[in-house]
Amino acid sequence: MATPVAASGTGAEHHELGFIRTYIFSTDHKMIAKQFLVASLAFLLLGGLLAAVMRWQLGFPGQPIPFIGGLFSETTAPGGIILPEFYNSLVTMHGTFMIFFAIMPLMLGVWGNYLIPLQIGAPDMAFPRLNTFSFWISIPAGLIMLAGFLVVGGHAGAGWTAYAPLSADSEFTGVYMGQILWLVSLTILGFSSLTGAVNYITTIINMRAPGMTWFRIPLPTWALFVTSWLVLLAIPILTGALIMLLFDQTIGTGFFAPATGGEPLLWQHIFWYFGHPEVYILILPGMGLVSEIIANRSRKPVFGYHSMVVAIISIAFLGWIVWGHHMFQSGMNPMLGTSFMISTIIIAVPSAIKVFNWMGTVWRGDLHFDVPMLHALAFVSMFIIGGLSGIFMASAPVDIPIHDTYFIVAHLHYVLFGGSLFAIFAGITYWFPKMFGRMFGAKLGKAHFWLTFFAYNLVFFPMHSMGLKGHIRRIYDPSQYTFLQSMQSLNTLISWAAFFLIAAQLIFAFNFFWSMFRGEKAVQNPWNSNTLEWALAPTPPPHGNFVATPQVYRGPYEYSSPESTDDFLPQHLPPDRVQRPPVPREPGSLPTGD
Amino acid sequence: MSSHTPAIQENMMVHDSTYEPGIQVYHMKLGMWVFLLSEVMFFTSLIGTYIILRFAHPDHFAAPGEVLNVPLTAFNTFFLICSSVTMVKAFAAIQKGDQKGLKLWLLATIVIGACFVGIQAIEYVALVHEGFVPAAAEYHALGRTGVEGGAVLGGPLYGATFYTMTGFHGAHVSIGVICLVFVLIRAMRGHYTHSDHRGVELIGLYWHFVDLVWIILFTIVYLI
Repeated sequence: MATPVAASGTGAEHHELGFIRTYIFSTDHKMIAKQFLVASLAFLLLGGLLAAVMRWQLGFPGQPIPFIGGLFSETTAPGGIILPEFYNSLVTMHGTFMIFFAIMPLMLGVWGNYLIPLQIGAPDMAFPRLNTFSFWISIPAGLIMLAGFLVVGGHAGAGWTAYAPLSADSEFTGVYMGQILWLVSLTILGFSSLTGAVNYITTIINMRAPGMTWFRIPLPTWALFVTSWLVLLAIPILTGALIMLLFDQTIGTGFFAPATGGEPLLWQHIFWYFGHPEVYILILPGMGLVSEIIANRSRKPVFGYHSMVVAIISIAFLGWIVWGHHMFQSGMNPMLGTSFMISTIIIAVPSAIKVFNWMGTVWRGDLHFDVPMLHALAFVSMFIIGGLSGIFMASAPVDIPIHDTYFIVAHLHYVLFGGSLFAIFAGITYWFPKMFGRMFGAKLGKAHFWLTFFAYNLVFFPMHSMGLKGHIRRIYDPSQYTFLQSMQSLNTLISWAAFFLIAAQLIFAFNFFWSMFRGEKAVQNPWNSNTLEWALAPTPPPHGNFVATPQVYRGPYEYSSPESTDDFLPQHLPPDRVQRPPVPREPGSLPTGD
Repeated sequence: MSSHTPAIQENMMVHDSTYEPGIQVYHMKLGMWVFLLSEVMFFTSLIGTYIILRFAHPDHFAAPGEVLNVPLTAFNTFFLICSSVTMVKAFAAIQKGDQKGLKLWLLATIVIGACFVGIQAIEYVALVHEGFVPAAAEYHALGRTGVEGGAVLGGPLYGATFYTMTGFHGAHVSIGVICLVFVLIRAMRGHYTHSDHRGVELIGLYWHFVDLVWIILFTIVYLI
């Protein structure tokens, strides 16, 4: 770790390593990215299955789970009939696994590791061994979290937000050990995120190739850079809160227990002070990935590159002063509520800048509807819906009736599934050839996209209207309330769509492994991209990435440039080697991009 | 890193006037600064909790000196500040290539750091003996001098916040002492030279940060 790997590192310095150093305790950022990819996709599947069990209870309340119902224990679902306590654990753990063990590592662990050194022209991370630590510390965290399902009392059941005093006192949920394991696991996982963030920030500041100025950095890396700052500063806040809650549980301090003078509301403030930056940790990298893919597949420069960067930074900054909008119902001074409301609504401005820039990029472009592009366009359209429903909740008067209803469930899934997860699918299908040396199967990829897109909207869109009609979220059995019974048929439909949605992911899983081993061999630059990882690094890149230190001459999005006969102009191509058209094209003869 | 700089600058001349070679700080130092920022946020969550709870429940917190032993801790604070001075002396020694001075001043820093933790442990034992404990149910702080009629000073939030904040600070000092021992072992093997002594600089950054946190903690927990 002490050896500084300066930008002069070359592939020749790296010698062949054994199996364990190559595949298990690797220090190569690309292998660590693949390890994160496999592990977090497994957790994504687990989170999906937990949701399926929840949907069974909501669609068919009180009926035994078919086929696998007998596998559940007496304390979770005797005879396949889900108990209310188990339902609470399902809600909690679906959220926990999806946010901390699936989306967060899929965004940062995978793309932070894979793309940052390749896109800035570095041979590896600044601290490769710290990077190995970052992955391997997340595995015990995951195992501890999984162990919670096996302990007496069941797994944590206080929601992924672990609101005190529900989470602080085992009398309320009947869960003791499960909640402790939850707290310990997330504390350990924090070290993984933190060491990752230190690595990404140091690497981007210090290891950019000659000529890779700040405003020549591709947008995925820009987004990951800003997100790393959010992780660096937000995760320690969560760690502090988790430790205090753990002390409340174990040694009997009373930070959040009202009986001994503690403040339950304080937990909410600390949690959301972490939690709202966390929301942007989950989506900003996806915005970066999508910007890259949309520009490339439209063969046009990103519309407003600088405004994209400024928008990312402003969203990240505003993310620190809006946490109170999660707490309009928790009791606060109305004046304070108003200030949180205004700051939250201001976030719509940089978000809208990004959306209009994406539309401006696509506008009159030479569109290629490949699998990554479909996912990227789905991201933009779903993010618009999720963003607009966000405005509803940002206004305190509107939030009061819709708070804690399915409207919230719809909104958060439109940004987290429709947003983050479609961006992740876009990223996987786009960089798959670089990662594994083979193309991602296009036919199955398109089938997976359309089925997912269709089923996803069928699951989550009706939840908007259900929420407005007062359907409570985190509810075990909606059929016990008369005013919710009219929505039971809709609940059943959503459940069927959810099962279909999860089944459709099997296509992706099959295609992923089939393409990895049997897919069509990928050429070096199948997307005719300008960025260093495609235009310069071999496919797949060797240990050390580049044969010689790259020299960068221009920004990353010079597509359809009038200066070149090709429709792309790689970042590393020296100006004297650019194939210039014999007669310069007239400036007005091209669709203007910027 | 420094050995690469001339080549990079040459590159810059030849190819591109807009080249940005990072911030001319070696990776570990930049990484340490970035890591310390996250430490600031960690202590912010603990200290912020203390400030909020103290404003919300002033009855839970005794007046300065009623429960806590301010003279002892003031001495300990002075002691820890001295260890920052010895740390600087160690760094200054190796910058001049003075191996003996480096080892001597590192050893002094380790001894002072360990004593600080030791005095803190003694303080904890005495406080627990007087009923000042972190667990809310057992809290019955009677103070150093004892109050007439055995009235309890402050409330459970006092004990909870005190031990959490000072305990995590003590853990940071302990980790710093362990790292300093490693640095001393490497120094005895002649690992550091006047041109390359990054390990000494890195532990120095961490050590000064931990000192700074203590000065803040001492002020807000013991003095006001």
